[in-house]
Amino acid sequence: MSDVTTVVGFIPLMDCAPLAVAVEKGFAAGEGLDLRLVRETSWANIRDRVVVGHFDAAHMLGPMAIASTLGIGHLKVPMAAPLSLGLGGNAITVSLRVWDLMMAEGAALSAGPRALGEALRKVVRARERANKPPFTFAMVYPFSAHNYELRYWLAASGIDPDRDVRLVVIPPPLLVDAMREGQIDGFCVGEPWNSVAVSVGVGCIALPTTAIWKQSPEKVLGCRLEWTQRYPDRVQALVRSLYKAALWCEQPENHSELARLLAEPRFVGAPAEILLRGLSNRLCLQRGEEVERLDGFYLPASHAATFPWVSHALWFYSQMVRWGQVAFDPEHVAQVRATYRPDLYRLALDKTTNVPSADTKLDELFDGVRFDSDDLPGYLAALPSCS
Amino acid sequence: MPDVRPKTEASLRVLIVDQNVMRASILEEGLREAGYHNVTVLREMHNLMRRIVDIDPDVIVIDLENPNRDVLEQMFQVSRVVRRPIAMFVDRSDTDMIVAAVDAGVGSYVVDGLKKERVKAVLDMAISRFHAFNKLREELDSARQALDERKIVERAKGILMKQRGMSEEAAYALLRKAAMNENRRISEVAQSVVTASSLFK
Repeated sequence: MSDVTTVVGFIPLMDCAPLAVAVEKGFAAGEGLDLRLVRETSWANIRDRVVVGHFDAAHMLGPMAIASTLGIGHLKVPMAAPLSLGLGGNAITVSLRVWDLMMAEGAALSAGPRALGEALRKVVRARERANKPPFTFAMVYPFSAHNYELRYWLAASGIDPDRDVRLVVIPPPLLVDAMREGQIDGFCVGEPWNSVAVSVGVGCIALPTTAIWKQSPEKVLGCRLEWTQRYPDRVQALVRSLYKAALWCEQPENHSELARLLAEPRFVGAPAEILLRGLSNRLCLQRGEEVERLDGFYLPASHAATFPWVSHALWFYSQMVRWGQVAFDPEHVAQVRATYRPDLYRLALDKTTNVPSADTKLDELFDGVRFDSDDLPGYLAALPSCS
Repeated sequence: MPDVRPKTEASLRVLIVDQNVMRASILEEGLREAGYHNVTVLREMHNLMRRIVDIDPDVIVIDLENPNRDVLEQMFQVSRVVRRPIAMFVDRSDTDMIVAAVDAGVGSYVVDGLKKERVKAVLDMAISRFHAFNKLREELDSARQALDERKIVERAKGILMKQRGMSEEAAYALLRKAAMNENRRISEVAQSVVTASSLFK
């Protein structure tokens, strides 16, 4: 198998860690895989290059794989996600100016999503009364967990994400500058960019998104369905090597080495001590404050973090419908289900590990609304409706 | 309908979006050398949407290495008004594979660097592909709208049949008569029936 190279694209973010480790620590080679990583600059490039076959697979936003399968916003190319690239790792950061306003309305660091949402809502309403332009919040891509987590929290706090604020896309490496220049008032992004904003003193981490949804889904290993059918052996080897790499990433004794590795310009290219914060679940929420322990902030492996839950895919789809990216269609549901591939995961790993036997699970976000993936219309009806 | 006739190099309005001064000037120089004189460079991403409307370019040029591609994509999704053909340029060793991207209709039009003789072909192709794709999308939109209209008429008929004990034909005739009297589309009348009925529930 190693006479063919498997090419995998990634975006410089902390959660590309298992890919970097699979190559650098020999887990890929151990599975007979000649793995070559290619650093990309935009999510659109990742999608296009997987679609046309430059990449065999990629570090992909979960919702992007689904959007591609359904043909929303771009070409319809069925994708397969045989592995999840970890849980959590995102946060919502606000500018210091917004944070001061929120504190005046009773916000405090680590106050949790309800209290912070309440404070932000008061600030937003006061702005409205003063006829000031709405706040601008940024996320990284329309089909992303970041977009849906941010919207979820805003809507649950009584802030309409399409009317009360302006939502824009800004690529992760440009977010901190955009905040410093006052173009944006807040953003939702993966590490290390929240911690970078804190360390240079332009923002304050209001919420790790695990406070909105504990063990929330993020990226996947995304491949063209057709590629997984043509190279089943390579899919299995890839899943096994990334699973082992993810276990390595989660070991505390490896965090310093991992931070140094990811700090290299060929991977993330951010300072190792900043990357270490997210990797070790110890974030500094505001410059000058003590580091906080946030257990489970980023889970590369434990809590079945690499398992591609079909219910996660269906939650992403529910949010696409909720925010008008696509009209609900019962026929979509089967296609969404078929995009996340627990069967391929089990095929690769069943003999060695404890793999969940179910494909779906019940989830509950911070507002107490339960997500039952068998009843999407019921779930959507239970959520607060916005414009 | 937009004017789809190919413009000459001199008249084509080209907008380069790039914050990287070096990269933007390489693109600009390449385009000017290839005979494009109506070139604007945007280095500020702030107010991009407004600026695109003001400049009204025929084509937007962006380097494939520029992460702001995602920003443009989202804007095009949000607003039809700013949607423009994008031509992308790249200097990479694996460009032979990128040709496949064009063939697949991925919507990105890429060439091996900014070779003068290829620029025109790439810009022209970006524009013609864009219009072809837009036409498809418009056809799809109108097909979808027709389907939605049919569905709403069905629902209105159902309401009339149930609440006024009418036959299907009579319900449809009533909708049609109301539409003719009020000089409205039948689907608009059907929508009012559905809305009114939901208020009385």
